[in-house]
Amino acid sequence: MTSTATRALVTPEAPSRRLRGTRRAHEGSRAEAVTAWTFLAPFLVLFALFTGIPAVFALSASLTDMTARDIRDPFGVNFTGFEAFFKIIGNPGFQSAFLNTVMFVVLCVPLSMGLGFALALMLNSAIRRLRTFFRAAAYVPVITNIVAAAVIWQYAFSITGPVNNSLGALGLPQPNWLGDPGWAITTVVMMGVWRTAGTCMILFLAGLQAVPEEIYEAASTDGAGRWRTLWSITLPLLRPTTLLVTVLQTVSFLNIFEEPYLLTKGGPLGSTKSIALWVYEQFGFGNISASMAGSVLLLLLVGIVAIVQFRMLRPKH
Amino acid sequence: MKTLSPTRQALAYAALAVITVFMLLPFVWVLFGSFKTQSEFLHSPGAWFPESFQIQNYVQLFAERGFGNYMLNSIIVSAVAVVGNVIFSAMAGYALAKLRFRGRGFVFPLVIVSMIVPYVALFVPQFIVVVQMGLVNTLTAIVMPVLVLPLSVFIMRQFAHSVPFELMEAARLDGSGEVRLFFRIFLPLTGPGLATVAILSFLSSWNNFLWPLVVAQSQATYTAPVGLSVASQASNTVSFGLLLAGAMVVLLPILILFLFLQKYFIQGVAATGLK
Repeated sequence: MTSTATRALVTPEAPSRRLRGTRRAHEGSRAEAVTAWTFLAPFLVLFALFTGIPAVFALSASLTDMTARDIRDPFGVNFTGFEAFFKIIGNPGFQSAFLNTVMFVVLCVPLSMGLGFALALMLNSAIRRLRTFFRAAAYVPVITNIVAAAVIWQYAFSITGPVNNSLGALGLPQPNWLGDPGWAITTVVMMGVWRTAGTCMILFLAGLQAVPEEIYEAASTDGAGRWRTLWSITLPLLRPTTLLVTVLQTVSFLNIFEEPYLLTKGGPLGSTKSIALWVYEQFGFGNISASMAGSVLLLLLVGIVAIVQFRMLRPKH
Repeated sequence: MKTLSPTRQALAYAALAVITVFMLLPFVWVLFGSFKTQSEFLHSPGAWFPESFQIQNYVQLFAERGFGNYMLNSIIVSAVAVVGNVIFSAMAGYALAKLRFRGRGFVFPLVIVSMIVPYVALFVPQFIVVVQMGLVNTLTAIVMPVLVLPLSVFIMRQFAHSVPFELMEAARLDGSGEVRLFFRIFLPLTGPGLATVAILSFLSSWNNFLWPLVVAQSQATYTAPVGLSVASQASNTVSFGLLLAGAMVVLLPILILFLFLQKYFIQGVAATGLK
Protein backbone atom coordinates (compact mmCIF):
# COMPACT_ATOMS: atom_id res chain seq x y z
CA MET A 1 0.00 0.00 0.00
CA THR A 2 2.95 2.28 0.63
CA SER A 3 3.82 2.92 -2.97
CA THR A 4 0.26 3.62 -4.06
CA ALA A 5 -0.13 6.04 -1.22
CA THR A 6 3.09 7.84 -2.08
CA ARG A 7 1.88 8.14 -5.64
CA ALA A 8 -1.48 9.35 -4.35
CA LEU A 9 0.18 12.41 -2.89
CA VAL A 10 1.87 13.23 -6.17
CA THR A 11 -1.38 12.76 -8.07
CA PRO A 12 -4.12 13.29 -5.51
CA GLU A 13 -6.80 12.76 -8.17
CA ALA A 14 -6.15 9.04 -8.54
CA PRO A 15 -8.13 7.56 -5.63
CA SER A 16 -11.16 9.82 -6.00
CA ARG A 17 -11.47 8.96 -9.68
CA ARG A 18 -11.65 5.30 -8.78
CA LEU A 19 -14.11 6.16 -6.08
CA ARG A 20 -16.49 7.96 -8.43
CA GLY A 21 -16.52 4.94 -10.71
CA THR A 22 -17.58 2.55 -8.00
CA ARG A 23 -20.02 4.93 -6.42
CA ARG A 24 -22.22 5.38 -9.45
CA ALA A 25 -24.61 2.68 -8.20
CA HIS A 26 -25.43 4.56 -5.02
CA GLU A 27 -26.54 8.17 -4.94
CA GLY A 28 -26.05 9.80 -1.56
CA SER A 29 -29.12 9.86 0.66
CA ARG A 30 -30.03 12.68 3.01
CA ALA A 31 -29.13 10.52 5.98
CA GLU A 32 -25.70 10.02 4.46
CA ALA A 33 -25.13 13.75 4.06
CA VAL A 34 -26.21 14.46 7.63
CA THR A 35 -23.91 11.73 8.92
CA ALA A 36 -21.04 13.02 6.78
CA TRP A 37 -21.23 16.58 8.08
CA THR A 38 -21.67 15.38 11.65
CA PHE A 39 -18.61 13.16 11.31
CA LEU A 40 -16.60 15.97 9.76
CA ALA A 41 -17.68 18.54 12.34
CA PRO A 42 -14.84 18.02 14.86
CA PHE A 43 -12.22 18.32 12.14
CA LEU A 44 -13.89 21.33 10.54
CA VAL A 45 -14.35 23.22 13.82
CA LEU A 46 -10.74 22.69 14.87
CA PHE A 47 -9.54 23.50 11.36
CA ALA A 48 -11.45 26.77 11.43
CA LEU A 49 -10.15 27.71 14.89
CA PHE A 50 -6.51 26.73 14.48
CA THR A 51 -5.77 26.91 10.74
CA GLY A 52 -8.48 28.82 8.87
CA ILE A 53 -8.93 31.82 11.15
CA PRO A 54 -5.20 32.04 11.98
CA ALA A 55 -4.26 32.00 8.29
CA VAL A 56 -6.69 34.82 7.51
CA PHE A 57 -5.49 36.62 10.61
CA ALA A 58 -1.82 36.30 9.61
CA LEU A 59 -2.55 37.79 6.20
CA SER A 60 -4.59 40.64 7.67
CA ALA A 61 -2.22 41.42 10.54
CA SER A 62 0.69 41.71 8.12
CA LEU A 63 -1.14 44.69 6.58
CA THR A 64 -1.44 46.55 9.88
CA ASP A 65 0.78 48.10 12.53
CA MET A 66 -0.18 45.51 15.15
CA THR A 67 1.97 45.09 18.24
CA ALA A 68 1.76 42.92 21.37
CA ARG A 69 -0.43 45.58 23.05
CA ASP A 70 -3.19 44.86 20.51
CA ILE A 71 -3.45 41.12 21.23
CA ARG A 72 -6.45 41.49 23.54
CA ASP A 73 -8.17 43.89 21.15
CA PRO A 74 -7.00 42.82 17.68
CA PHE A 75 -9.43 45.05 15.81
CA GLY A 76 -8.17 48.33 17.20
CA VAL A 77 -5.20 48.49 14.82
CA ASN A 78 -4.41 50.72 11.85
CA PHE A 79 -4.33 49.50 8.27
CA THR A 80 -0.93 50.30 6.81
CA GLY A 81 -0.94 48.38 3.50
CA PHE A 82 2.32 46.75 2.54
CA GLU A 83 4.43 48.95 4.81
CA ALA A 84 5.42 46.06 7.09
CA PHE A 85 6.63 44.09 4.06
CA PHE A 86 8.79 46.95 2.76
CA LYS A 87 10.17 47.50 6.23
CA ILE A 88 11.27 43.91 6.78
CA ILE A 89 12.64 43.48 3.24
CA GLY A 90 14.90 46.46 3.96
CA ASN A 91 15.80 45.10 7.39
CA PRO A 92 19.38 43.69 7.53
CA GLY A 93 18.34 41.15 10.19
CA PHE A 94 15.65 39.72 7.93
CA GLN A 95 17.96 39.76 4.91
CA SER A 96 20.60 37.77 6.73
CA ALA A 97 17.95 35.35 8.04
CA PHE A 98 16.79 34.88 4.46
CA LEU A 99 20.35 34.12 3.26
CA ASN A 100 20.94 31.75 6.18
CA THR A 101 17.73 29.90 5.35
CA VAL A 102 18.74 29.57 1.69
CA MET A 103 22.09 28.22 2.85
CA PHE A 104 20.46 25.63 5.13
CA VAL A 105 18.29 24.49 2.22
CA VAL A 106 21.20 24.34 -0.24
CA LEU A 107 23.33 22.31 2.18
CA CYS A 108 20.81 20.14 4.00
CA VAL A 109 18.53 19.06 1.14
CA PRO A 110 21.19 17.43 -1.10
CA LEU A 111 23.10 15.98 1.85
CA SER A 112 20.08 14.39 3.52
CA MET A 113 18.68 13.15 0.21
CA GLY A 114 22.04 11.77 -0.89
CA LEU A 115 22.53 9.93 2.38
CA GLY A 116 18.92 8.71 2.39
CA PHE A 117 19.19 7.49 -1.19
CA ALA A 118 22.50 5.70 -0.59
CA LEU A 119 21.00 3.98 2.45
CA ALA A 120 17.86 2.98 0.55
CA LEU A 121 19.86 1.64 -2.36
CA MET A 122 22.11 -0.47 -0.12
CA LEU A 123 19.20 -1.75 1.93
CA ASN A 124 17.16 -2.58 -1.14
CA SER A 125 19.66 -4.43 -3.26
CA ALA A 126 23.12 -4.79 -1.75
CA ILE A 127 22.47 -6.74 1.44
CA ARG A 128 20.26 -9.58 2.60
CA ARG A 129 20.65 -9.69 6.37
CA LEU A 130 20.11 -7.08 9.10
CA ARG A 131 17.92 -4.90 6.87
CA THR A 132 15.42 -4.14 9.61
CA PHE A 133 18.21 -3.25 12.01
CA PHE A 134 19.98 -0.83 9.67
CA ARG A 135 16.68 0.73 8.63
CA ALA A 136 15.67 1.24 12.26
CA ALA A 137 19.05 2.75 13.17
CA ALA A 138 18.84 5.31 10.36
CA TYR A 139 15.25 6.11 11.24
CA VAL A 140 15.55 6.56 15.02
CA PRO A 141 16.88 10.16 14.75
CA VAL A 142 13.68 11.14 12.92
CA ILE A 143 11.48 10.29 15.89
CA THR A 144 13.92 11.64 18.45
CA ASN A 145 12.58 14.52 20.50
CA ILE A 146 14.23 17.66 19.17
CA VAL A 147 14.72 19.29 22.57
CA ALA A 148 16.43 16.16 23.89
CA ALA A 149 18.52 15.92 20.72
CA ALA A 150 19.62 19.54 21.08
CA VAL A 151 20.66 18.97 24.71
CA ILE A 152 22.74 15.98 23.63
CA TRP A 153 24.39 17.90 20.81
CA GLN A 154 25.13 20.88 23.03
CA TYR A 155 26.90 18.54 25.45
CA ALA A 156 28.71 16.47 22.81
CA PHE A 157 29.83 19.45 20.72
CA SER A 158 30.78 21.79 23.58
CA ILE A 159 34.41 22.92 23.47
CA THR A 160 35.54 20.39 26.04
CA GLY A 161 32.90 17.79 25.17
CA PRO A 162 33.25 14.17 24.03
CA VAL A 163 33.58 15.03 20.32
CA ASN A 164 36.53 17.36 20.81
CA ASN A 165 37.97 14.97 23.38
CA SER A 166 38.12 12.24 20.74
CA LEU A 167 39.37 14.60 18.04
CA GLY A 168 42.13 15.71 20.40
CA ALA A 169 43.06 12.11 21.14
CA LEU A 170 43.42 11.55 17.41
CA GLY A 171 45.61 14.65 17.11
CA LEU A 172 42.98 16.55 15.10
CA PRO A 173 41.99 20.20 15.60
CA GLN A 174 39.18 20.85 18.10
CA PRO A 175 36.84 23.46 16.68
CA ASN A 176 34.47 25.61 18.67
CA TRP A 177 31.44 23.84 17.19
CA LEU A 178 28.73 26.07 18.61
CA GLY A 179 30.61 29.31 19.24
CA ASP A 180 32.30 29.99 15.90
CA PRO A 181 29.93 31.22 13.14
CA GLY A 182 31.23 28.89 10.42
CA TRP A 183 31.29 25.84 12.68
CA ALA A 184 27.89 26.66 14.18
CA ILE A 185 26.37 26.49 10.70
CA THR A 186 28.14 23.17 10.14
CA THR A 187 26.78 21.79 13.40
CA VAL A 188 23.20 22.86 12.64
CA VAL A 189 23.49 21.35 9.14
CA MET A 190 24.83 18.08 10.56
CA MET A 191 21.92 17.92 12.96
CA GLY A 192 19.44 18.68 10.19
CA VAL A 193 20.86 15.91 8.02
CA TRP A 194 21.01 13.48 10.94
CA ARG A 195 17.34 14.15 11.71
CA THR A 196 15.93 13.88 8.19
CA ALA A 197 18.03 11.35 6.25
CA GLY A 198 15.86 8.57 7.69
CA THR A 199 12.69 10.05 6.21
CA CYS A 200 14.35 10.30 2.78
CA MET A 201 15.53 6.71 3.13
CA ILE A 202 12.03 5.38 3.86
CA LEU A 203 10.49 7.26 0.94
CA PHE A 204 13.23 6.15 -1.48
CA LEU A 205 12.87 2.56 -0.23
CA ALA A 206 9.14 2.67 -0.97
CA GLY A 207 9.95 3.99 -4.44
CA LEU A 208 12.65 1.37 -5.10
CA GLN A 209 10.42 -1.47 -4.00
CA ALA A 210 7.83 -0.39 -6.57
CA VAL A 211 10.30 -0.90 -9.46
CA PRO A 212 9.43 -4.26 -11.07
CA GLU A 213 12.13 -6.91 -10.86
CA GLU A 214 11.75 -7.80 -14.57
CA ILE A 215 13.09 -4.42 -15.64
CA TYR A 216 16.38 -5.11 -13.86
CA GLU A 217 16.51 -8.59 -15.35
CA ALA A 218 15.95 -7.20 -18.84
CA ALA A 219 18.67 -4.59 -18.33
CA SER A 220 21.07 -7.23 -17.07
CA THR A 221 20.29 -9.47 -20.07
CA ASP A 222 21.05 -6.53 -22.34
CA GLY A 223 24.44 -6.34 -20.69
CA ALA A 224 23.92 -3.09 -18.73
CA GLY A 225 26.36 -2.71 -15.84
CA ARG A 226 25.36 -1.82 -12.30
CA TRP A 227 26.03 1.93 -12.51
CA ARG A 228 24.55 2.12 -15.98
CA THR A 229 21.35 0.45 -14.67
CA LEU A 230 21.22 2.85 -11.75
CA TRP A 231 21.65 5.90 -13.99
CA SER A 232 19.44 4.90 -16.93
CA ILE A 233 16.75 2.82 -15.27
CA THR A 234 16.45 3.22 -11.51
CA LEU A 235 16.82 7.00 -11.32
CA PRO A 236 14.35 7.82 -14.15
CA LEU A 237 11.80 5.41 -12.65
CA LEU A 238 12.25 7.03 -9.25
CA ARG A 239 11.48 10.48 -10.61
CA PRO A 240 8.11 10.85 -8.81
CA THR A 241 9.69 9.79 -5.52
CA THR A 242 12.63 12.13 -6.03
CA LEU A 243 10.21 14.97 -6.73
CA LEU A 244 8.22 14.23 -3.59
CA VAL A 245 11.30 13.98 -1.38
CA THR A 246 12.86 17.14 -2.87
CA VAL A 247 9.73 19.17 -2.24
CA LEU A 248 9.20 17.80 1.28
CA GLN A 249 12.81 18.35 2.27
CA THR A 250 13.01 21.83 0.76
CA VAL A 251 9.79 22.91 2.45
CA SER A 252 10.91 21.46 5.76
CA PHE A 253 14.31 23.23 5.65
CA LEU A 254 12.78 26.52 4.47
CA ASN A 255 10.80 26.32 7.71
CA ILE A 256 13.81 25.31 9.82
CA PHE A 257 13.29 26.60 13.34
CA GLU A 258 13.91 24.14 16.13
CA GLU A 259 17.48 23.12 15.33
CA PRO A 260 18.95 26.65 15.35
CA TYR A 261 16.61 27.87 18.10
CA LEU A 262 17.60 25.12 20.51
CA LEU A 263 21.20 24.56 19.48
CA THR A 264 22.56 28.05 18.95
CA LYS A 265 19.70 30.51 19.58
CA GLY A 266 20.37 31.68 16.03
CA GLY A 267 23.89 32.77 17.00
CA PRO A 268 26.75 33.34 17.14
CA LEU A 269 26.29 36.80 15.59
CA GLY A 270 23.04 35.73 13.93
CA SER A 271 24.94 33.26 11.73
CA THR A 272 22.36 30.49 12.18
CA LYS A 273 19.21 32.61 12.42
CA SER A 274 16.57 31.31 9.98
CA ILE A 275 13.50 33.17 8.71
CA ALA A 276 11.26 31.13 11.02
CA LEU A 277 13.48 31.98 13.98
CA TRP A 278 13.42 35.66 13.00
CA VAL A 279 9.61 35.51 12.87
CA TYR A 280 9.55 33.93 16.32
CA GLU A 281 11.86 36.61 17.73
CA GLN A 282 9.75 39.43 16.31
CA PHE A 283 6.73 37.87 18.04
CA GLY A 284 8.78 37.85 21.25
CA PHE A 285 9.66 41.53 20.77
CA GLY A 286 5.96 42.30 20.32
CA ASN A 287 6.29 43.31 16.63
CA ILE A 288 3.26 41.29 15.55
CA SER A 289 2.87 42.93 12.14
CA ALA A 290 6.54 42.42 11.24
CA SER A 291 6.35 38.84 12.49
CA MET A 292 3.25 38.14 10.39
CA ALA A 293 4.70 39.84 7.31
CA GLY A 294 7.78 37.64 7.71
CA SER A 295 5.70 34.51 7.93
CA VAL A 296 3.60 35.51 4.90
CA LEU A 297 6.84 35.98 2.92
CA LEU A 298 8.00 32.57 4.11
CA LEU A 299 4.68 31.08 3.03
CA LEU A 300 5.07 32.67 -0.42
CA LEU A 301 8.63 31.37 -0.66
CA VAL A 302 7.51 27.84 0.25
CA GLY A 303 4.70 27.98 -2.32
CA ILE A 304 6.91 29.31 -5.13
CA VAL A 305 9.71 26.81 -4.48
CA ALA A 306 7.26 23.89 -4.33
CA ILE A 307 5.60 24.90 -7.61
CA VAL A 308 8.94 25.41 -9.39
CA GLN A 309 10.20 22.03 -8.21
CA PHE A 310 7.01 20.28 -9.30
CA ARG A 311 7.41 21.80 -12.77
CA MET A 312 11.10 21.00 -13.06
CA LEU A 313 10.81 17.41 -11.94
CA ARG A 314 7.52 16.57 -13.60
CA PRO A 315 7.79 13.57 -15.95
CA LYS A 316 8.69 14.69 -19.47
CA HIS A 317 6.23 13.48 -22.08
CA MET B 1 18.14 -8.68 -9.22
CA LYS B 2 21.45 -10.51 -9.44
CA THR B 3 23.37 -10.63 -6.19
CA LEU B 4 26.49 -8.59 -5.60
CA SER B 5 29.93 -10.15 -5.43
CA PRO B 6 31.00 -10.99 -1.85
CA THR B 7 33.51 -8.12 -1.86
CA ARG B 8 30.87 -5.57 -2.83
CA GLN B 9 28.46 -6.99 -0.27
CA ALA B 10 31.13 -6.66 2.40
CA LEU B 11 31.70 -3.04 1.34
CA ALA B 12 27.97 -2.33 1.61
CA TYR B 13 27.84 -3.83 5.10
CA ALA B 14 30.88 -1.80 6.12
CA ALA B 15 29.35 1.42 4.79
CA LEU B 16 26.05 0.71 6.53
CA ALA B 17 27.85 -0.10 9.78
CA VAL B 18 29.78 3.19 9.69
CA ILE B 19 26.63 5.23 8.97
CA THR B 20 24.75 3.37 11.72
CA VAL B 21 27.48 4.15 14.26
CA PHE B 22 27.27 7.86 13.44
CA MET B 23 23.47 7.83 13.53
CA LEU B 24 23.45 6.20 16.95
CA LEU B 25 26.33 8.14 18.56
CA PRO B 26 24.06 10.76 20.17
CA PHE B 27 22.22 7.96 21.98
CA VAL B 28 25.52 6.65 23.34
CA TRP B 29 26.45 10.13 24.55
CA VAL B 30 23.14 10.71 26.30
CA LEU B 31 22.95 7.27 27.89
CA PHE B 32 26.44 7.37 29.39
CA GLY B 33 26.53 11.13 29.96
CA SER B 34 23.39 11.01 32.09
CA PHE B 35 25.24 8.87 34.67
CA LYS B 36 28.20 11.23 35.02
CA THR B 37 28.25 13.19 38.28
CA GLN B 38 28.48 16.97 38.63
CA SER B 39 32.16 16.74 39.58
CA GLU B 40 32.96 14.50 36.62
CA PHE B 41 31.61 17.18 34.30
CA LEU B 42 34.01 19.62 35.94
CA HIS B 43 37.22 17.58 35.92
CA SER B 44 36.70 15.45 32.80
CA PRO B 45 33.95 17.03 30.71
CA GLY B 46 34.99 15.17 27.56
CA ALA B 47 34.88 11.64 29.01
CA TRP B 48 32.48 9.45 27.06
CA PHE B 49 31.79 7.08 29.93
CA PRO B 50 31.01 7.69 33.61
CA GLU B 51 33.49 6.56 36.26
CA SER B 52 30.64 4.68 37.87
CA PHE B 53 26.93 4.60 37.19
CA GLN B 54 25.44 7.20 39.54
CA ILE B 55 21.69 7.75 39.35
CA GLN B 56 21.79 11.05 41.24
CA ASN B 57 20.92 13.04 38.11
CA TYR B 58 17.70 11.11 37.69
CA VAL B 59 16.85 11.39 41.37
CA GLN B 60 17.46 15.13 41.36
CA LEU B 61 15.46 15.54 38.16
CA PHE B 62 12.31 14.16 39.72
CA ALA B 63 12.85 15.09 43.36
CA GLU B 64 14.00 18.69 42.97
CA ARG B 65 13.28 19.81 39.42
CA GLY B 66 9.59 18.93 39.14
CA PHE B 67 10.15 16.70 36.15
CA GLY B 68 7.52 14.26 37.36
CA ASN B 69 4.90 16.93 36.90
CA TYR B 70 6.16 17.83 33.40
CA MET B 71 6.07 14.15 32.44
CA LEU B 72 2.54 13.85 33.78
CA ASN B 73 1.48 16.86 31.68
CA SER B 74 3.09 15.30 28.61
CA ILE B 75 1.34 12.00 29.26
CA ILE B 76 -2.07 13.68 29.72
CA VAL B 77 -1.68 15.82 26.59
CA SER B 78 -0.48 12.88 24.47
CA ALA B 79 -3.17 10.50 25.73
CA VAL B 80 -5.93 13.00 24.96
CA ALA B 81 -4.37 13.72 21.56
CA VAL B 82 -4.25 10.01 20.69
CA VAL B 83 -7.88 9.44 21.67
CA GLY B 84 -8.99 12.58 19.82
CA ASN B 85 -7.07 11.72 16.68
CA VAL B 86 -8.23 8.11 16.55
CA ILE B 87 -11.91 8.99 16.97
CA PHE B 88 -12.12 12.20 14.97
CA SER B 89 -9.89 11.14 12.10
CA ALA B 90 -11.76 7.84 11.73
CA MET B 91 -15.00 9.81 11.51
CA ALA B 92 -13.58 12.34 9.04
CA GLY B 93 -11.80 9.71 6.96
CA TYR B 94 -14.97 7.64 6.77
CA ALA B 95 -17.03 10.64 5.67
CA LEU B 96 -14.47 11.71 3.07
CA ALA B 97 -13.89 8.29 1.53
CA LYS B 98 -17.16 6.46 1.97
CA LEU B 99 -20.05 8.90 2.12
CA ARG B 100 -21.56 10.83 -0.74
CA PHE B 101 -22.60 14.40 -0.02
CA ARG B 102 -22.46 17.85 -1.48
CA GLY B 103 -19.27 19.70 -0.59
CA ARG B 104 -17.04 16.67 -0.23
CA GLY B 105 -14.73 17.95 -2.93
CA PHE B 106 -14.28 21.11 -0.89
CA VAL B 107 -13.23 19.46 2.38
CA PHE B 108 -10.31 17.29 1.26
CA PRO B 109 -8.28 20.20 -0.16
CA LEU B 110 -8.55 21.80 3.30
CA VAL B 111 -6.77 18.74 4.71
CA ILE B 112 -3.96 19.05 2.17
CA VAL B 113 -3.63 22.82 2.65
CA SER B 114 -3.33 22.49 6.41
CA MET B 115 -0.58 19.90 5.96
CA ILE B 116 1.45 22.34 3.87
CA VAL B 117 1.06 25.74 5.60
CA PRO B 118 4.28 26.50 7.52
CA TYR B 119 3.64 26.31 11.23
CA VAL B 120 5.51 29.52 12.03
CA ALA B 121 2.82 31.39 10.10
CA LEU B 122 0.15 30.01 12.41
CA PHE B 123 1.39 29.96 15.96
CA VAL B 124 1.00 33.69 16.63
CA PRO B 125 -2.65 33.90 15.49
CA GLN B 126 -3.32 30.55 17.20
CA PHE B 127 -2.01 32.13 20.38
CA ILE B 128 -4.34 35.08 19.88
CA VAL B 129 -7.29 32.70 19.36
CA VAL B 130 -6.38 30.97 22.62
CA VAL B 131 -6.09 34.31 24.43
CA GLN B 132 -9.57 35.25 23.19
CA MET B 133 -10.91 31.92 24.45
CA GLY B 134 -9.32 32.57 27.85
CA LEU B 135 -7.30 29.36 27.68
CA VAL B 136 -3.71 30.62 27.92
CA ASN B 137 -1.54 28.50 30.19
CA THR B 138 -3.85 25.48 30.23
CA LEU B 139 -3.33 21.90 29.07
CA THR B 140 -6.57 22.28 27.08
CA ALA B 141 -4.92 24.95 24.94
CA ILE B 142 -1.86 22.75 24.42
CA VAL B 143 -3.89 19.79 23.21
CA MET B 144 -6.65 21.49 21.19
CA PRO B 145 -4.77 22.25 17.95
CA VAL B 146 -3.45 18.67 17.76
CA LEU B 147 -6.73 16.96 18.65
CA VAL B 148 -7.32 16.00 15.02
CA LEU B 149 -4.23 16.39 12.87
CA PRO B 150 -4.74 16.77 9.12
CA LEU B 151 -2.16 14.00 8.73
CA SER B 152 -4.43 11.62 10.68
CA VAL B 153 -7.41 12.47 8.49
CA PHE B 154 -5.25 11.92 5.41
CA ILE B 155 -4.13 8.49 6.66
CA MET B 156 -7.64 7.36 7.62
CA ARG B 157 -8.97 8.46 4.27
CA GLN B 158 -6.28 6.34 2.59
CA PHE B 159 -7.13 3.32 4.73
CA ALA B 160 -10.86 3.86 4.24
CA HIS B 161 -10.46 3.23 0.51
CA SER B 162 -9.63 -0.40 1.29
CA VAL B 163 -13.10 -1.01 2.77
CA PRO B 164 -15.23 -2.45 -0.04
CA PHE B 165 -18.34 -0.50 -0.99
CA GLU B 166 -20.16 -3.77 -1.70
CA LEU B 167 -19.97 -4.64 1.99
CA MET B 168 -21.47 -1.31 2.97
CA GLU B 169 -24.19 -1.53 0.32
CA ALA B 170 -25.12 -5.00 1.54
CA ALA B 171 -25.39 -3.73 5.12
CA ARG B 172 -27.48 -0.75 3.95
CA LEU B 173 -29.87 -3.14 2.18
CA ASP B 174 -30.15 -5.09 5.40
CA GLY B 175 -31.39 -1.91 7.00
CA SER B 176 -28.26 -0.78 8.85
CA GLY B 177 -28.20 2.92 9.74
CA GLU B 178 -25.23 5.12 8.81
CA VAL B 179 -23.80 5.26 12.33
CA ARG B 180 -24.13 1.52 12.72
CA LEU B 181 -22.24 1.04 9.43
CA PHE B 182 -19.39 3.08 10.82
CA PHE B 183 -19.09 1.04 14.00
CA ARG B 184 -19.88 -2.42 12.65
CA ILE B 185 -18.28 -2.39 9.20
CA PHE B 186 -15.82 0.46 8.95
CA LEU B 187 -13.96 0.48 12.27
CA PRO B 188 -13.25 -3.28 12.44
CA LEU B 189 -11.78 -3.18 8.93
CA THR B 190 -9.48 -0.20 9.47
CA GLY B 191 -7.58 -1.44 12.53
CA PRO B 192 -4.08 -0.98 11.03
CA GLY B 193 -5.02 2.56 9.98
CA LEU B 194 -6.20 3.39 13.49
CA ALA B 195 -2.97 1.96 14.91
CA THR B 196 -0.89 4.11 12.55
CA VAL B 197 -2.88 7.20 13.50
CA ALA B 198 -2.50 6.40 17.21
CA ILE B 199 1.27 6.01 16.90
CA LEU B 200 1.81 9.10 14.76
CA SER B 201 -0.40 11.32 16.87
CA PHE B 202 1.34 10.13 20.02
CA LEU B 203 4.71 10.85 18.41
CA SER B 204 3.74 14.31 17.24
CA SER B 205 2.07 15.41 20.46
CA TRP B 206 4.85 13.99 22.65
CA ASN B 207 7.48 15.73 20.55
CA ASN B 208 5.45 18.92 20.03
CA PHE B 209 7.56 21.83 21.18
CA LEU B 210 6.92 25.28 19.76
CA TRP B 211 3.20 25.44 20.58
CA PRO B 212 3.49 24.22 24.20
CA LEU B 213 6.44 26.60 24.61
CA VAL B 214 4.25 29.53 23.57
CA VAL B 215 1.13 28.51 25.53
CA ALA B 216 2.58 27.06 28.74
CA GLN B 217 3.64 29.99 30.84
CA SER B 218 4.23 28.44 34.22
CA GLN B 219 5.78 25.25 35.56
CA ALA B 220 2.31 23.87 36.27
CA THR B 221 1.59 23.48 32.55
CA TYR B 222 5.09 22.74 31.17
CA THR B 223 5.28 19.58 29.13
CA ALA B 224 8.51 17.55 29.41
CA PRO B 225 10.18 19.05 26.29
CA VAL B 226 9.29 22.59 27.41
CA GLY B 227 10.61 21.92 30.92
CA LEU B 228 13.80 20.51 29.44
CA SER B 229 14.30 23.43 27.09
CA VAL B 230 13.68 26.01 29.82
CA ALA B 231 16.21 24.22 32.02
CA SER B 232 18.77 24.12 29.22
CA GLN B 233 18.39 27.86 28.58
CA ALA B 234 19.58 28.29 32.16
CA SER B 235 22.55 26.03 31.49
CA ASN B 236 24.86 28.18 33.60
CA THR B 237 23.10 26.96 36.69
CA VAL B 238 22.01 23.51 35.52
CA SER B 239 24.59 20.78 34.98
CA PHE B 240 24.82 18.78 31.77
CA GLY B 241 24.27 15.61 33.79
CA LEU B 242 20.84 16.78 34.83
CA LEU B 243 19.95 17.90 31.30
CA LEU B 244 21.11 14.62 29.79
CA ALA B 245 19.07 12.68 32.32
CA GLY B 246 16.11 14.86 31.32
CA ALA B 247 16.79 14.18 27.63
CA MET B 248 16.94 10.46 28.36
CA VAL B 249 13.57 10.55 30.14
CA VAL B 250 11.98 12.51 27.28
CA LEU B 251 13.43 10.10 24.69
CA LEU B 252 12.62 6.80 26.35
CA PRO B 253 8.86 6.47 25.80
CA ILE B 254 9.24 7.05 22.05
CA LEU B 255 12.26 4.76 21.77
CA ILE B 256 10.46 1.93 23.58
CA LEU B 257 7.40 2.38 21.41
CA PHE B 258 9.56 2.37 18.29
CA LEU B 259 11.30 -0.82 19.37
CA PHE B 260 8.00 -2.70 19.46
CA LEU B 261 5.95 -0.95 16.80
CA GLN B 262 8.54 -0.02 14.19
CA LYS B 263 6.27 -1.21 11.39
CA TYR B 264 3.57 1.35 12.12
CA PHE B 265 6.00 4.25 12.40
CA ILE B 266 7.54 3.46 9.04
CA GLN B 267 4.23 2.64 7.39
CA GLY B 268 2.90 6.01 8.45
CA VAL B 269 5.81 7.89 6.90
CA ALA B 270 5.80 5.90 3.70
CA ALA B 271 2.03 6.22 3.42
CA THR B 272 2.05 9.95 3.46
CA GLY B 273 5.51 11.18 2.73
CA LEU B 274 5.35 13.40 5.79
CA LYS B 275 6.97 13.28 9.17
